[in-house]
Amino acid sequence: MSKSGFFNSSIGRKFAMALSALFLMIFLLQHLTINFTAVFSPETFNELSHFMGTNVVVQFIAQPILIFAVVFHFIMGFILEARNRAARPISYKRNSGGANSSWMSRNMIYSGLVILAFLVLHFIDFWIPEINYKYIEMNAADPNRYYSELLHKFENPYRVIAYIVAFILLALHLLHGFGSAFQSIGQNNKYIDGLKKFGVIYSIVIPLGFIITAVVLYMNAH
Amino acid sequence: MATLDANIPKGPLKDKWTNHKNNINLVNPANKRNIDIIVVGTGLAGGSAAATLAELGYNVKAFCFQDSPRRAHSIAAQGGINAAKNYQGDGDSIYRLFYDTVKGGDYRSREANVYRLAEVSANIIDQCVAQGVPFAREYGGLLDNRSFGGVLVSRTFYAKGQTGQQLLLGAYSAMNRQIGRGKIKMYNRHEMMDVVKVDGKARGIIARNLVTGEVERHGAHAVVVGSGGYGNIFFLSTNAMGSNASAAWKIHKKGAYFANPCFTQIHPTCIPVSGDLQAKLTLMSESLRNDGRIWVPKKKEDVEAIRSGKLRPTQIKEEDRDYYLERRYPAFGNLVPRDVASRAAKERCDAGYGVNQTGEAVYLDFSSAIERYGKEAAHVKGLDENDKSLVEKLGKEAVANKYGNLFQMYEKIVDENPYETPMMIYPAVHYTMGGVWVDYNLMTTVPGLYAIGEANFSDHGANRLGASALMQGLADGYFVLPYTIGDYLSGDIRTGAISTDTKEFELAEKEVIERLDYFVNNKGEKPVDFYHKRLGKIMWNKCGMSRNAETLKSAIDEIKALREEFWKGVRVPGTRNEFNEELAKAGRVADFMELGELFAKDALEREESCGGHFREESQTEEGEAKRDDENYKYVAAWEYKGEPSEAVLHKEDLVYENIELKTRSYK
Amino acid sequence: MNLTLKIWRQKNSNSKGKMVDYPISDISPDMSFLEMLDVLNNQLIEKGEEPVAFDHDCREGICGMCSLYINGEAHGPDRGVTTCQLHMRKFKDGDTIYIEPFRAKAFPVVKDLAVDRSAFDRIQHAGGYISVNTSGNTQDANSLPVQKEHADRAFDAATCIGCGACVASCKNSSAMLYVSAKISQYALLPQGKVEAEERVQSMVNQMDAEGFGNCSNTGACEVECPKGISLENIARMNREYFKAKASTKD
Repeated sequence: MSKSGFFNSSIGRKFAMALSALFLMIFLLQHLTINFTAVFSPETFNELSHFMGTNVVVQFIAQPILIFAVVFHFIMGFILEARNRAARPISYKRNSGGANSSWMSRNMIYSGLVILAFLVLHFIDFWIPEINYKYIEMNAADPNRYYSELLHKFENPYRVIAYIVAFILLALHLLHGFGSAFQSIGQNNKYIDGLKKFGVIYSIVIPLGFIITAVVLYMNAH
Repeated sequence: MATLDANIPKGPLKDKWTNHKNNINLVNPANKRNIDIIVVGTGLAGGSAAATLAELGYNVKAFCFQDSPRRAHSIAAQGGINAAKNYQGDGDSIYRLFYDTVKGGDYRSREANVYRLAEVSANIIDQCVAQGVPFAREYGGLLDNRSFGGVLVSRTFYAKGQTGQQLLLGAYSAMNRQIGRGKIKMYNRHEMMDVVKVDGKARGIIARNLVTGEVERHGAHAVVVGSGGYGNIFFLSTNAMGSNASAAWKIHKKGAYFANPCFTQIHPTCIPVSGDLQAKLTLMSESLRNDGRIWVPKKKEDVEAIRSGKLRPTQIKEEDRDYYLERRYPAFGNLVPRDVASRAAKERCDAGYGVNQTGEAVYLDFSSAIERYGKEAAHVKGLDENDKSLVEKLGKEAVANKYGNLFQMYEKIVDENPYETPMMIYPAVHYTMGGVWVDYNLMTTVPGLYAIGEANFSDHGANRLGASALMQGLADGYFVLPYTIGDYLSGDIRTGAISTDTKEFELAEKEVIERLDYFVNNKGEKPVDFYHKRLGKIMWNKCGMSRNAETLKSAIDEIKALREEFWKGVRVPGTRNEFNEELAKAGRVADFMELGELFAKDALEREESCGGHFREESQTEEGEAKRDDENYKYVAAWEYKGEPSEAVLHKEDLVYENIELKTRSYK
Repeated sequence: MNLTLKIWRQKNSNSKGKMVDYPISDISPDMSFLEMLDVLNNQLIEKGEEPVAFDHDCREGICGMCSLYINGEAHGPDRGVTTCQLHMRKFKDGDTIYIEPFRAKAFPVVKDLAVDRSAFDRIQHAGGYISVNTSGNTQDANSLPVQKEHADRAFDAATCIGCGACVASCKNSSAMLYVSAKISQYALLPQGKVEAEERVQSMVNQMDAEGFGNCSNTGACEVECPKGISLENIARMNREYFKAKASTKD
């Protein structure tokens, strides 16, 4: 890769945005797979969670990469948004955005911000207690604690509603983001139509899976 | 009356250009760096000239009134560009292209120029392909050709219906390369206001920055005018709104002779006029005549029924249709040259067979082509050739492939689907064969002042064949002028930079500013368009598709009167020192008012019919144009003497050594 | 038809502008949008007011000079046309029509509705060409066959008229459709491949330097493009750019 700043160029940034997005989409799939086991088999859920929570590779290699990708995706998104806004200092008095583009595509920054807010909540709910449990209080490993902790979190209906709203926004974000990521890395070819259809399915199924999980847990908790 | 010497090289026709190139003076590369050339206009001619001159090493300053050189009206040329490549193996050759062009021009063009044009035509295609111009190709990957009106071979290269666009963007890309290298300095949104002569030679121009209104002086060792034609003199034409004759007219007033102003091309396939407030006419490519059949109803009652909306054209039976071009010209049919096709349409409409409300429209019908292509496609695909709806579907697809963009354009403008109902067309002003007189080197009668492309008069005689304008523009700019200009500039290697701090520049600038000030200070009441439309009406009615002595004389009087009225009554809002479209327009229309008179005077003087110039007094019994070679086999070059009416005629005799003069027949 | 026009008026690039209302009557549905503005302007002149400045030239949809953001869309509500080919039949009697200039930092207003699109030219100066001399001494045009599909795609990309509707429609004022059209045209032809890596880098650099925004793949440009230039071209440009960056040594 040449030095003259691939990632300083407009296209380079798009590329980076798309690559982090693709990585995060794979992560979402993996995250859902594990969560969904909680719906039908708390034992499997505990087993998998324990593995993820204690495996060195997951904890000290995959996790930092994931955190980097998330942070990168957000920061780059904000940088691009700021630059894009600066490219039109005087806005139109009348603009019919809906005539030529989808709501999702025009509002990625807003769906993204909702997801960011959700992530904050999510970290407070799970990640921080988890880190605290393992690395600060240095508690002994307990392979059976995960499901009950999870259930406890989903007792609160407001949290469940907040999660559902966030997942709907995630779906909207993905509905544009999935195809967009492929376009950004230059993949607009004969497979694109099939890929786009898959993208729609993915964008609905993944958030729906999370929503179902949340709802089922809420019901199980009551 | 003086005669004019065109400086045609001696020797046999086919060696003239080669010999000339071998014998003219050259400028060495080191000296080229010290020579400045101004190019006015960035269409096919100006753009290609600017690029090539810069590439040769000259310092070029290029000017265009549009916001980018890419907007020049060459971009609107649709159909194609001719070249004697003989890729189709149908017997084409340089000679045949030369012959067709001279014949198509009704024997009023200069043999040596046309031969040179045919000679370099093949290079143009090579050049453009190397530049990345995406010409249409066959499945084997080689270039495709089609045929165009007035010839019997397929020699036209094309890029769908956007050939002019692709060629212009090619020239624009060549310019961009030189702009990037700093060899062309580009002046967008600048209008040439006058040429400046020092010691009898062209040494620069006065230009106006159209954004700030500032009037600027620009010096150079030579000035090249490639500013296009004067079709907008008719107000309604297929030209762009900004297309104007001012650069050409200004240099005429400074000593360049103006040749054959009455030779105007009225293009047969344009969308008919729809209303009084229309600003522009739209051309439909002549290539449509390859597959479309032109007709009007045979019976007057059908015409009436169509006009009143009681009948649809598709309801007129085959035997009740008059395919008048096929009837009158069986050999060429719908592919007769433009002047012939236009007059034939006018004849039918004048006789009362016009098919729209105004009575000025004929049909261009694709139903037979749809059927023919449909059957062919069905056959190739092994499908049922007798299945009507299938054939129609396949046929429409084939037609859409060839002319899709034109059909879409028609539908957008007229709001009728031309796949279902025949198009309506009528002739409209399109191209001007006349222009600034130039010699074989493309130099005007002012030393150091050149005219290229449509702005000059040289290659098309009295009628231009389809797909030849692009050829001539690029030939002049890429392959002719860059050589011939060196012959003149070789005398300028010691001159040094041209200073603009001289009294000649000062005077020219003063005159320009005075005129601008006149317009903005005039206490008139009517906008420029008001006068322009009236000029257009006079031109169209009295100097249009057919002319006679009486109407021409009255045209001259009317134009003169209108001109006076214009100068008194025109209102130009705003000031001189700002972006002021009306002010720019006023100057252009003022020049049209003068050129119009010379136009009529030239038409009156030429008492013969030839090409686009049809004098009613000079026709055969069948109503075909009757040429008078004995008395009018010359170029009429007019010298300005203070008023258009006082212009002095100089004749350049046309000598035909390689072609026998014949009555043009397309029967 | 009787209409109310809301038009952006701005004296020059340094002054502030504002929307001004103009009622207009007796407009025929067969008129083009610009003919309607001609009528307005001639009425303004006769009343002693300043006409509205707007760019236009060929009036047949090919020169790319006309612009205008009409009722919130570049070149107005019709598809596949420029403003000069937009006809009044697309509007209804009594409509209010907003007419604004194309807006982008890289397209400063010259006056009223006319904007300066020379940024587009500068991108082309940076590399929108094939470096071949115009001497005519090139090889025969048919010595290098080009696959018809590639030739057709190159043509489709090359039909861009450089009007700037893509920039105007894009919520980010991105010029990627415009730039990618030229890059695609040359990248698809054997003649253009030679310099493809150099070209894509210099054109993209210039595009970024002009202050256009970034593409977020909303697809608005493709919808509003009067010539239907495809988003495929942007994907191709992204690919070409990545390839070029990955392979050049500097």
